[in-house]
Amino acid sequence: MTTVLGAPVDHAEAARRARRWGFWYATEHRLLGMRAYAGTILAATFGNPVIYLFALGVGLASLVDRSAGEITADGHGYLTFVAPALLGIAAVTAAMDESTYAVMAGFKWDATYFAMNAAPLSPAQIATGNVLVVVLRLLAACTVYHLFLLAFGAVPSPLGWLTILAATLGGTAVAACLVAFSSSLKGEDSPLALVMRFVITPMMLFSGTFFPLASLPLFLQPIGWVSPLWHATELGRVFNYGMVEPIWLTAAHVLYLLAVIAIGWMLAVRITRRRLGG
Amino acid sequence: MTAVIAAEALEKRYGDVAAVDGISFEVQAGEAFGLLGPNGAGKSTTMRMLGAVSSRTGGTLSILGLDPDRSGPEIRAQLGVVPQTDNLDRELRVRDNLLVYGRYFGMSRRDLGPRADALLEFAQLADRAKAKVDELSGGMKRRLTIARALVNDPRILLLDEPTTGLDPQARHILWDRLFRLKEQGTTLVLTTHYMDEAEQLCDRLVVVDKGVIMAEGSPAELIARYSSREVLEVRFGSEHNVRVAEQLTGLGDRVEVLPDRILVYTDNGERELAAIVGQGLSPITSLVRRSSLEDVFLRLTGRSLVE
Amino acid sequence: MTALEQRSAAPVPRSGRLLGALYAGNARAVLARGLTATRSSNWVVVLSGFLEPVLYLLSLGIGLGSVIGTVRAGSGAEIGYAAYIAPALLAVSAMNGAIMDSTWNVFFKMHFSKLYQGMVSTSLGPFDVALGEIALALLRGALYALGFLVIMQALGLNLAWTALLALPAILLIAAGFASVGMAVTSFVKTFQQMEWIQFFLLPMFLFSATFYPITVYPPPIQVLVQVFPLYHGVELVRGLTTGILEPGMLLHVLYYVVMVALGIVFTTRRLRALFLD
Repeated sequence: MTTVLGAPVDHAEAARRARRWGFWYATEHRLLGMRAYAGTILAATFGNPVIYLFALGVGLASLVDRSAGEITADGHGYLTFVAPALLGIAAVTAAMDESTYAVMAGFKWDATYFAMNAAPLSPAQIATGNVLVVVLRLLAACTVYHLFLLAFGAVPSPLGWLTILAATLGGTAVAACLVAFSSSLKGEDSPLALVMRFVITPMMLFSGTFFPLASLPLFLQPIGWVSPLWHATELGRVFNYGMVEPIWLTAAHVLYLLAVIAIGWMLAVRITRRRLGG
Repeated sequence: MTAVIAAEALEKRYGDVAAVDGISFEVQAGEAFGLLGPNGAGKSTTMRMLGAVSSRTGGTLSILGLDPDRSGPEIRAQLGVVPQTDNLDRELRVRDNLLVYGRYFGMSRRDLGPRADALLEFAQLADRAKAKVDELSGGMKRRLTIARALVNDPRILLLDEPTTGLDPQARHILWDRLFRLKEQGTTLVLTTHYMDEAEQLCDRLVVVDKGVIMAEGSPAELIARYSSREVLEVRFGSEHNVRVAEQLTGLGDRVEVLPDRILVYTDNGERELAAIVGQGLSPITSLVRRSSLEDVFLRLTGRSLVE
Repeated sequence: MTALEQRSAAPVPRSGRLLGALYAGNARAVLARGLTATRSSNWVVVLSGFLEPVLYLLSLGIGLGSVIGTVRAGSGAEIGYAAYIAPALLAVSAMNGAIMDSTWNVFFKMHFSKLYQGMVSTSLGPFDVALGEIALALLRGALYALGFLVIMQALGLNLAWTALLALPAILLIAAGFASVGMAVTSFVKTFQQMEWIQFFLLPMFLFSATFYPITVYPPPIQVLVQVFPLYHGVELVRGLTTGILEPGMLLHVLYYVVMVALGIVFTTRRLRALFLD
């Protein structure tokens, strides 16, 4: 039963491949979709480091470096202290880009996820693709950012490149939770605006990013403990300039971030399954 | 003939509400099968269960000999799905939509290139390959969605209201393409509101309402069973129809009074019209037409609006 | 004939020579529509817009400020870091609010809800629409600014009575950004292009003497910063809330007056091209 439409397809093989590689096909779909806004991605990836490093590294550092102690990275300067935080903030920003409106569009505006699910891809594979695409973009963006940090002399330790992984972990943790949340949104997008204002922005400002968490009043410090960005930043500081902290705390940063990723990812799978299969 | 779809007492409940309430039917290979019904009848829910993306809450369902609860990917690898609203990827260009969709079936990029070109040719979109999706007209988007559904050479094509919202030209082009697929042996399952579409395309159909099957058969069988050969429509003005209709009882098989006109179901419309004029009544307008699937549909599902 | 004449008692559009068909003297109607729409919008979202500068003030002003201590403001005295950045954050939030209302909102209404097409098919003209929308943006901006000034007062960051004048200054700044923002938006066709506006705003936000004096930069870069509007807004508001007044502040005011005028002229021209030609 060959048709005018070209060679017949081996359906059994198609099903076998989809069961095995479906998560990658879902990721691939998102990567291709990025071409539509490649310009803004590149501008963010290359432009933001330059802007932030000049503003904070040259400008703000001139005020801060008059003081001393932890905030000047034990003598390395404010820029070295703030570099892992900048990397983490860039990761969270890029993660938001890929895990909010882009995910809502797949369910609601373009409904492409329903099309993927009508093909052999499973809801779990689609959710996994949504998380995996963020990991790939973060690895690329953080590597570029790291090169700028090197150029600005903000990476004294030879282990500094590990900051890339720390920031990617932090960004992915935020992304996994946001993918789950965005997948659950059916109505208008105002809850997303609230998440930005009440969760993401405070997280960026109060996670021991621009100044040590300890400078905050004690009752505000728990914000840091639950914030993936704080864990990613502290982890990054250990790598970036050998910030001294107990080894169990370093391990706790990694474990916490992995746990948040796992929970967010599992929630995303469950919500996607309910949404597509209901 | 072998059944490619077999549903037995198929049921889908959301809490207390039964969207599909125990329907049974079979679809044979190569057949064009229609699901007709008003909004909310359970057509789309049924289609989603046939597409192996929504699990049933009761009954049995076999698609291509497989159970959708266990073999979703294996079934979906052999289906083409055209959903009610287009879900094309607007971030991708026309041809890329086909390439990316083919990847979901694990097809290699090398095989997909020529296949995408053949599909664009079939969908009469070859000159639009590089266009953005948003630049296409409604009919073109629909044809692209159908081309996309064919990328895996499906054995069954599921179409949920394929021509809703299209202009007459676009509908006729689409019907022509669907007819060719049928000629090539693809099994078609479609839902529609348009009775002319069902008469054009379907070998056999079921009328569903409130989640249950009201009638089943070929279009001609259904018309013979639930309507008459001809229908006479006469108008006496909105204020007189009811009063006049009392004088017409006994005409034809059945007389139905609507606010704007009176319908007489009969074997011979001209004869009934002569009888009416013979009674000294003079309708403002009169029309004799062949009975259609629409008459069957309205008889079975009622005339009140379903919202 | 009489029935027809009675019906036409609705106000006849005023026609001046310059604005002609562009202006019906009824921007009120557009503003009223905006207020009605606001009533049915999500109040938590509307109010939360006020939160962002407050968070920045608490984080950077108090947190980072505890490390930095004092900063030299202009040619004047050393002041606390929180008192230094608070007026800058006020000006930035005026800019952000005005830009948000005049770009994203206007873009959406222009291309998706087709609201303006509906408006100009009545007796309203494009100039009514522009004026009404800018007025709505200013009203919201004034509310946010007032709230922020109250918080500054509570934290002891208003150093002089002239802080009261910051409110009209904020309105002027917001009007400048709103009118230019609308003019820019009228050229924009896709969401991607909208994103680029953000990329222009980010460096302006960081470099316009918001978090540190521009004297840390070499003179050519200082001149470059002064070309862009936010610097003038920041310095104007900072002068007023700290009470360190200088004659140069009149130049900042002039900058915004010119900006508002240019913005309105351009917007009106573009709207005429978009809707009436």
